[in-house]
Amino acid sequence: MDFDQSEDRRMLAETLSRYLADRYDVATRIKLAYDAPYHSPERWAEMAELGILHALVSEDHGGMGGHGFDIATVFEELGRTLCPEPVLPALMGLRLLAAAGADLEPALTGAEMLAVAIGEPEAPWDLDALETRAETAGDGWVLTGRKSVVYGGHVASRLLVAARADGGLGLFEVRAGDAEITAYGMIDGGGAAEIFLDATPARLLIADARDAFDSALNAGRVALCAEAVGAMDATKDLLLDYLRTRKQFGRTIGSFQVLQHRTVDLVTEIEQARSITILAADALDGPEAGRRASMAKNLIGRAARLVAEEAIQMHGGIAMTWEAAVSHYGKRLVMIDAQLGDTDFHLTRVMEGLQA
Amino acid sequence: MDLQFTDKELAFRDEVRAFLAAELPAELAAKVRRGATLEKADHDRWHAILNARGWLAATWPVDFGGPGWTPVQRHIFEEESARAHAPRIVPFGLAMLGPVLIRFGSKAQQEEYLPRILDGSDWWCQGYSEPGAGSDLASLRTRAVREGDHYVINGQKTWTTLGQHANRIFCLVRTDPQVKPQAGISFILVDLDTPGIEMRPIKLIEGGHEVNEVFFTDVKVPVENLVGEENSGWTIAKFLLTHERTNIAGTGFSTQALEEVKALARARRVNGRRLIDDPLYAARLAQVEIDLEAMKITNLRMLARAQKTGQPGVESSILKIKGTVIRQELNDLARRALGPAAAPFPAEALAGNAAVAPEEHRADAARYFNNRKLSIFGGSNEIQRNILTKAMLEL
Repeated sequence: MDFDQSEDRRMLAETLSRYLADRYDVATRIKLAYDAPYHSPERWAEMAELGILHALVSEDHGGMGGHGFDIATVFEELGRTLCPEPVLPALMGLRLLAAAGADLEPALTGAEMLAVAIGEPEAPWDLDALETRAETAGDGWVLTGRKSVVYGGHVASRLLVAARADGGLGLFEVRAGDAEITAYGMIDGGGAAEIFLDATPARLLIADARDAFDSALNAGRVALCAEAVGAMDATKDLLLDYLRTRKQFGRTIGSFQVLQHRTVDLVTEIEQARSITILAADALDGPEAGRRASMAKNLIGRAARLVAEEAIQMHGGIAMTWEAAVSHYGKRLVMIDAQLGDTDFHLTRVMEGLQA
Repeated sequence: MDLQFTDKELAFRDEVRAFLAAELPAELAAKVRRGATLEKADHDRWHAILNARGWLAATWPVDFGGPGWTPVQRHIFEEESARAHAPRIVPFGLAMLGPVLIRFGSKAQQEEYLPRILDGSDWWCQGYSEPGAGSDLASLRTRAVREGDHYVINGQKTWTTLGQHANRIFCLVRTDPQVKPQAGISFILVDLDTPGIEMRPIKLIEGGHEVNEVFFTDVKVPVENLVGEENSGWTIAKFLLTHERTNIAGTGFSTQALEEVKALARARRVNGRRLIDDPLYAARLAQVEIDLEAMKITNLRMLARAQKTGQPGVESSILKIKGTVIRQELNDLARRALGPAAAPFPAEALAGNAAVAPEEHRADAARYFNNRKLSIFGGSNEIQRNILTKAMLEL
């Protein structure tokens, strides 16, 4: 039993953390994250050069990591500074390409940006409810349907699309230029897109891709949990700093017990969030991956919303402003829940395990 | 990062399991499982079995008769004991006074009392709280006045757990009323047969007799019964509060309780379906399972740190707060699973054909009410939040 990070991962975390502090601090992020293209192509290239994409992929597929703890290490740092770069679609896309035995190199170097198009307007998270259809056309395939809130879809050159064919749920590749894409920014920063497919040409990568999707989704969930842990740690630091310095009634507001106890409760939930993320990262790629990821995403959803709402409340009016960093942390922490399954979706999955 | 126990630790776990399977009397485990009150003889019997194996005083150094376990081994033993429904080790002599005497006691005190704790000759109870000194323990008023080679004690202690079985009590008493409250407290050992002591039972919320109040009227105690220096009692009290807290999260009890609730919810039919198929109930159960899974890792993380640094951190207060809330939630789910069948009182009154709840769940409502204590005793959860505020938040 050992809860210390390996030397390699510690170095990875330090490298990324130093880079972000130097080139991508929160003030810079707030400037970049809400205007098209909702990220920085220059910094994307720099981060790829640092090797963070390689850290997400196993050596078998040309990377240098790929374990749940490698993924968690990268995303915890990204969360700490609310980095809006589309690393999550890269992680999931690389996993899908690896499962398909495809060439990862262009995406690994950051030269090519990927987006994973699974969710639909009426099926944001449930693979069984997807309606996008795949049909053969000549030698190839065409896809018809709409993919909704596709993270990274605003900048990707290649889309990895889930579509139903007679053989099951397939993984298809669509060139971005072949689809109708409406790009937009998000309330918590970063960008996404609506993708309209209307007999859009596609290449089949995996005919029955259910396992590949589950694996990519579980990795994505672990990544989001770790991102939330990093963002919660940073939010806690902002809050403590404010409690120590903000004065009302002639004393620092941190001297009021009602705020002290609520802050302790946040610290407790953040530690629980860290623990469940460790459990899910450890289980990724094992038989318990799905259940653990759901447990983690549920707890994270609850903890992140609590931390966001309480940090905003205890900051008072200033947290209602665009200028205050805590407002941006609050938005990200709340909206993480909407990605890859919310608290209720994942609680249902854990429940179904109990009922089986 | 490695979440698994080492091979050595796994071998130890197997050894503990084998021991419990062979040595834990089935009738004792059954009593624990259904939440029945254990008699003094039940506790003594289990203590003697553990003592024969050298496993009774888990936190004592080997030189004093302890097993020399690491924090992780202690944790494994506690988890496995809970899993097997072993009686809880009565902590007052073994987990509380023993370590205090080993750290602060004189050689004579160690030689006189430690063996008697191990072999069961002495049953110690705790004289800390008073009617006017609960969370604000330092305001305690029970007075000990030095007269020659004795202290004369007057005052009242309360919440004295299992004092009805005890022959001795360790007390915090005020020896100097002039200084600030913490600086005038001493730690003293008292024989309960001494004239002037009266113990009265307190009937608890669920009807049980678990705690007592103890009255001291001109009780003469030899000065050699003082532990440590006069007026150093607060240091000892704090030592007790921050040490030997590996089991504070109670994850073993919670894990066991979760399994019982799951089994109950699968077996019980309510309104034409299994209780577990009621989505609202299942959601509550799933959520507490998730919280418990996280708690187990939080517990192990802090254990790993204790093992590395030799000291549990103040973060153990997190374990106390969250661990007790989870246990109480599970007690609530068990009580709630029975619906109105949880209500007949006393539970044993409805047996045979008239029984409305499964035998091992008859005390679930009583357990729910009794375990409201978990977030109150040992430093209430609000006091734990004060401790964490001071130590972690530096506000």
